[in-house]
Parts: sequence; structure tokens; C-alpha cells
Amino acid sequence: MNVDIEQVLPEFIAESRTLLQELETALLRLEHEGADADTVNAMFRAAHTIKGSAGVFGLDPIVKFTHVMENVLDQLREEKITLTADLVNVLLACCDHLSALIDALEQHKELSDPDKDARAQQLTTRLRAHLDTPEATANLPVEQPVSVEARRNYNGEFDHWHLSVRFGRNVLRHGMDPLSFIRYLGTLGEVAHVTTLLNELPDADHMDPESCYLGFEIALRTGADKQTIENAFEFVRDDCVLRILPPPNDLSRYLERINNLSGDTDRLGEMLRESGILTEGELDVALKFQGSVPETESQNKAPPLGEILIQQGAAQKPVVDAALDKQKKIREHKAQEARFVRVHADKLDALINLVGELVIASASISLLALKSGNTRLHESSNTMGRLVEEIRDGALHLRMVEIGDTFNRFPRVVRDVSKELGKDIELIISGADTALDKTVVEKIGDPLMHLVRNAMDHGIEAAEVRTARGKPAKGTLRLNAFHDSGSVVIEVGDDGGGLPRDKILQKAVERGLATEGQRLTDTEIYNLIFEPGFSTAEAVTNLSGRGVGMDVVRRNIQALRGTVEIHSEAQQGTIVRIRLPLTLAIIDGFLVGVAASCYVVPLDMVVECIELSPQHVQDTGDHNYVNLRGEVLPFIRLHEQFALKGAAKRRASIVVVQHAGHKAGLVVDELLGEFQTVIKPLASLFNRVQGVSGSTILGTGEVALILDIPALIHQAAAAHDQQERKQRVA
Amino acid sequence: MSTPANNSRSTPLRALRIEGDMTIYRAGELKTALLAELKSCQELEINLEGVSELDSAGVQLLALLKKEAERCNKSVRLTAHSPAILDVIELLRLAQVFGDPLMMPSNPGARA
Repeated sequence: MNVDIEQVLPEFIAESRTLLQELETALLRLEHEGADADTVNAMFRAAHTIKGSAGVFGLDPIVKFTHVMENVLDQLREEKITLTADLVNVLLACCDHLSALIDALEQHKELSDPDKDARAQQLTTRLRAHLDTPEATANLPVEQPVSVEARRNYNGEFDHWHLSVRFGRNVLRHGMDPLSFIRYLGTLGEVAHVTTLLNELPDADHMDPESCYLGFEIALRTGADKQTIENAFEFVRDDCVLRILPPPNDLSRYLERINNLSGDTDRLGEMLRESGILTEGELDVALKFQGSVPETESQNKAPPLGEILIQQGAAQKPVVDAALDKQKKIREHKAQEARFVRVHADKLDALINLVGELVIASASISLLALKSGNTRLHESSNTMGRLVEEIRDGALHLRMVEIGDTFNRFPRVVRDVSKELGKDIELIISGADTALDKTVVEKIGDPLMHLVRNAMDHGIEAAEVRTARGKPAKGTLRLNAFHDSGSVVIEVGDDGGGLPRDKILQKAVERGLATEGQRLTDTEIYNLIFEPGFSTAEAVTNLSGRGVGMDVVRRNIQALRGTVEIHSEAQQGTIVRIRLPLTLAIIDGFLVGVAASCYVVPLDMVVECIELSPQHVQDTGDHNYVNLRGEVLPFIRLHEQFALKGAAKRRASIVVVQHAGHKAGLVVDELLGEFQTVIKPLASLFNRVQGVSGSTILGTGEVALILDIPALIHQAAAAHDQQERKQRVA
Repeated sequence: MSTPANNSRSTPLRALRIEGDMTIYRAGELKTALLAELKSCQELEINLEGVSELDSAGVQLLALLKKEAERCNKSVRLTAHSPAILDVIELLRLAQVFGDPLMMPSNPGARA
């Protein structure tokens, strides 16, 4: 493979994956809704495109394999065969095989090894079994399966060009002899037939012997193209009416050519000319005619070019239709190209990094401007700050992708798994257009897969059980995503039996995760299934139940600064709710000072700030909670949390933070205000530090730690519970 | 064009012979003369043996004669086609249009 090709290979890989995804989606749709022509066509095109592109790269194993798929889809398209459940299965398996080949290609592995070949062989055999005429089709040459068949069906007569020419009256006076043109045609090929038309000839009295009244219908067998044929009439082009119709056989060739147009132009005339259907002259005439039609009020538009061409006989309707179709596609493609630019993710990351630095630099400038007391400087630094903020938002949005791409793989998973389990399960996807950070989307796929499989395996009951419980036999699985105050929530819900609360508790006690008689809330019990080594499945199935999984799910989600929680109701179903930050790179922070250090609280988690009054201190005593308008608010003294030296200020404040429905307070010395900040991950050395999720650099150049609010809230709640328990015991 | 001696107006059959080119250059002259001949008889036989060149204008003239004859219920017969005539008739597939027996040069034995 040469260097140039190597460079565009990633494009091919990306394109093929998209096409395979489309193919799969189409197959699943067909399975549900029955065959419809558009979808089958789309599938055929997808396979055809993959084959064509693979051919360009010389990827023979892919070409050969897709060829058989294409044949089957072609017959499906022509309704020679019908779409059976087995065929869907085979085609899906074929998609998988192709995906595997594409993966191998990406990893620079061999496309052809005994394993893959055997798999391809097995699949093609199964595919061929579905073909209408398995043997014949299998033996067709790889190159042009369709046109070979087409050619065989027609006999010789269909390869004649048809020329229709009416000479102008003055041709003879201009010194031209129509006969010479017909003689000249003989040099281009064989003039198979001529009909001389004399019907224009007037009666003797009115006939001017020097005028020309002749017309000819000519059948010409030639390999020349339309332009060459037209050129034969070059000298009388302005003085005759000439129509050149391609051989019927060529019609399919033209259609093919139209299909293969590069897409450089989306103008109908140019397209037809480029594919050799129109000659320059014909196009000129038609365009002139179009231009000459007066644009009056009543007939507000000149007729479209396609209509004129058909009317003038310059092109046949099927060809014009095909060209119009292609034109539409090219325009759509262009529109899409205009809407999307493919950018390498690295470049985007580099940009976001730079924007991050810009945010820091801008914060520093604004700080200096404020200190300098120069009002105008302060003003312009403010303006810049606002712009930087907009740039930051814009840059972050570039990285946002819709979660739909991740959701899209689940219809297939649900289909396969439900077949395997013998359960009838319907998947409902909503909120697929919810956007979140690309890195998050990439990493959420595996945890979601686990949850979906779990829900199908453990959540949704077998059909008999469901009917016995008065539920519809068909189980429902829901994937949902939405934005919720600065985070994205993804839900995996089922309408199954719910989590067995008692069984979980019993198991937890067995495994030493909980003690007998420990008072736990339902949520706490449900969350126990995220502990390592926990599984309640009575039978270990091939899908889940080995006790690895849920803890991994939680770890993966936590690595994305997200949380996961479970809501379950007996007989009603379970919802696993994943809460993820919108972005990993930059946050709006709230800066607080404790002793000599600064800390950043993610702003979207801050509910309010209250004063920790002496009255509060007196009320609470040793207990770490206050009465917030009649509500118990556990709090953490950051002084103590981070073992900071230096006397606590007399008048401390409480920052009330909220996450996933829980509130807690953080006692700080100073409130320093809002602050845009770039998250810099902490080195692995600090992995074990509790309550800190990252760091950032302040405008002054100082480092501030970003607080891990979910962890702190959890800690506060736990401490509060412990105190309560102690009190009760006491 | 040369007309054989017999020139009486009422003769039902006239035979004439065209010599030289039947082209645009002589089209006007030929048209007048040939139509005049046709008017003078019921049946016109034109010997084309001496035609050295035939162009579109000539073809039109022959066609005009045929058409005119048909209109007047007369007949025009073309005989002894020269190679130049045969070539054009072959090229334009006019044999059936004109309907005259052709003596192909490739078959000289059949000539009268």
C-alpha cells in the first residue's frame, strides 16, 4: 500500500463503520417493520459503497465478502427473494464479520488468516443459500454482476444509436450537402439503417429546388460517444434540428455513469454533459430555450431544464430522472459537508488546552487590572473576560457529541440478548440528542452495556412470570438521557421485578458488607450491589451474574467524575441513574479561602452561602450539623478536613452544596466569588487524597485544589449518621 | 439533359435521358425542364445512365417528380441508374421509396 492510500485509509475505516452501523440499523428496522424498498436500497448502497471503496484500497478479502452480500441485497431489492428471520441473522453476522475485518485493518493486522477466511467462507455459504439462483450468481465475475446480466438479455438491435436530423432550408445554399454528413457517419461506424423523410417536400409549384426539405432517421452502430457523433454535423449545427439518442443498452451505462459522478457539480446540465448524455451543443440550445421563455407574472418560472431536455429529445426521461436524483443526493451531501467538518480529536484537545490557558491568563489579567485601579483597563479586561468565556463555551461545545451514537449499538444488543434469553424485550430510546463531552461518551459505552445486559438478564422476568404478575408479556427496556443542572443524566430502566431488597441484604451480610441488624435505607441496600464481588443471580449465566461488573461499572463512572444510583420498586422495575459532568475540562468554580489556601467548589453544585453565626456554633457544639431553616444540614470543616494550620477566622461561612439530591455544608473562612477554572488532573501520587478531584492555577499563579463535592457530601452524611447512631446507643 | 426527337405533346409515353450532374448548381434548370416534360405526358421514363453526380438537391428533384406524378395519376420511371445514382439510393435507402427496379452494378449481367 503506498503512502497516499495509507493516509486516506482512516477515512475509509470511519466511512465503513458508519455504513455498517446504517446497515445494521436498517436490518433491525426491516425485521420489525417488514421490507420497504427505500431501506433495502439504502442497505444495498451501503454494501456497494463499502465494496467499491475496499476495491480502491485493494482489500480483496473485504471486496470478495461484500460482493456476496451485495448480491443477496440486490436480489432482495429486486424482490427475487424475501427477507426471512434467518437472512437477517446471517446479514447481521456478516456486518459483524465486516466490522472485525475493519478492526483488523485499523490495527494493521492481516485481513486474511485461516480463522477469518473460514468465517467468511461459512457466512458466504449461508448467504448463497438465500440467493435465488445460488450457483449462477456465485459464478458471476466479481466486476459487474448487474450489467453482465443486463447485456445477456438484450440482443444486437439494442446497441444502435438513433439519430434524427431535419435539415434547414438553407443548407444547400450554404454549400452543404446533407448526403455528405450521412457518408461521414459511415466513417464513425456502421450506418445500419436510414429512413429518408420526404414529407416536408412541398408540391411542385411551391418547391424551391435550391431549398432543402430533407430529413433523416438514422440508426448508427458505433463505439463513438455522443459528442463525436454530434461533431459530424458541426458545419450545419445551427442549420438543422438534430437529436441523438443513445442505444437502449447504453441507458444502463448512462445511469451507472450518473451514479458514479464525482459530485463536483450539482447543475443538472453539467452533470448530464459530464456523463456523456448531453453534448455541449444540446446543452446550449436547451439553456437558450430556457432563457428565452419569458418570465411573466402568471407563469412565474421558466420550465426546468430536465423538462426541456426531454421535450427536445436531447435526453430520455429515465436518464434525466436518474440525474435529478443524483443531483438531489449531491446537494444533500454538499449541505451535509457544509454542516460538518471532520477534525482530528487531537487538534480539538490542543485547542481546548489552549483555551484553558487563555482562561487562566485572562483571570490573571483581570486580577491585575483590578489591583491597578485603572478603570479603563479594568473595563477592557472585563470585556475580554466575557469574550474568553464565550470562546471557552464554544470550544467546549465542539467536543460535545450526541449520545445517540452510543445508544445506537443497543438495539442490536437487545435483539441478540433477548433472543439468547428467550425473552421478548422492547428497547425504547429517548434523549438520544443529548450532548455531552466526547471523552465521556466514549467511556460510558461499556458501563451502559453492562447495565443493559443486567437489566435484561436479572431485571426483566421471563414471559410466564410477567403474565402471572399481570404485566404485558413483552418486557420494556428504556434508555434515556437528559441534561440536569450542569450534569448529564443517563438512565437505564426496566419494567422488571425490581431488586430483591431482602436477598441483597442477606447476601451483603454473608459477604461481610453489612452487619446483621444494621439499619439501612433502601437506597443504601440497593447500592450494595456496586460493592466488589457482589452478585445475587441464582444462576450464573453467560451474560452476567459472575459478580464482576457492577463494581466495575461504578468505578468507570466515578473515573468520569460521575455517580450512579439505583431506584427500584418491587414488581415495578428498576432504574439505574448515571449522573455525569457535562465536560471534563473546564468548570465554573466558586473560590473559597480556608486559612492561607484557596479551594474551588464547582459552581453548579453550590446552592447558597450562609454565615456560620456564633449562635450556630453554640447550637451545634461538637456536632457537625446545623439547622438550616428547619432542615438538618451536616457540614464539614475544611480546616479539619485538610488539617490546615492557622487559626480559624472568627466569622466563618457555610457553603451549601448539593449533589444527587443530598445537601451538605462546607465551612470556610472566606468567600472569594465565582471563578472560571481549568481542571488539571492531579498526579497519581494524590490519588488517595480524599475530597479532592483536581487542581487549577489561579490568576495569581497560586495553585488551588478543586473539591470533590460528591465525596465530601457522602462523608458528611456518613459522619452525621455515625453521630446519630452514637447518640442513640448512648 | 437531352430529349429524344419525339416531342409531341399528347404522347402518353415520354423517354428522356439526363446527362451530367444532378446537383444544386443545375437544380433550378432541371426542375423546370423535368416538370415540363412530366406535364406533357402520362408516363415519363428517365434514363439516368449518364448522371455523373447526384446530390441532395438532385434527390429532392427525383422525389418531387415521383410525388408530382402520383398527384396527377401519372408515372415516372427511373431506369439505367448510373453508379453515382445507385450509390445515393443505397446510402439513403431510397430504393423502396422510388420503387424502380434497380440494376446493381455488381450484377451487370442483368442489364437490359
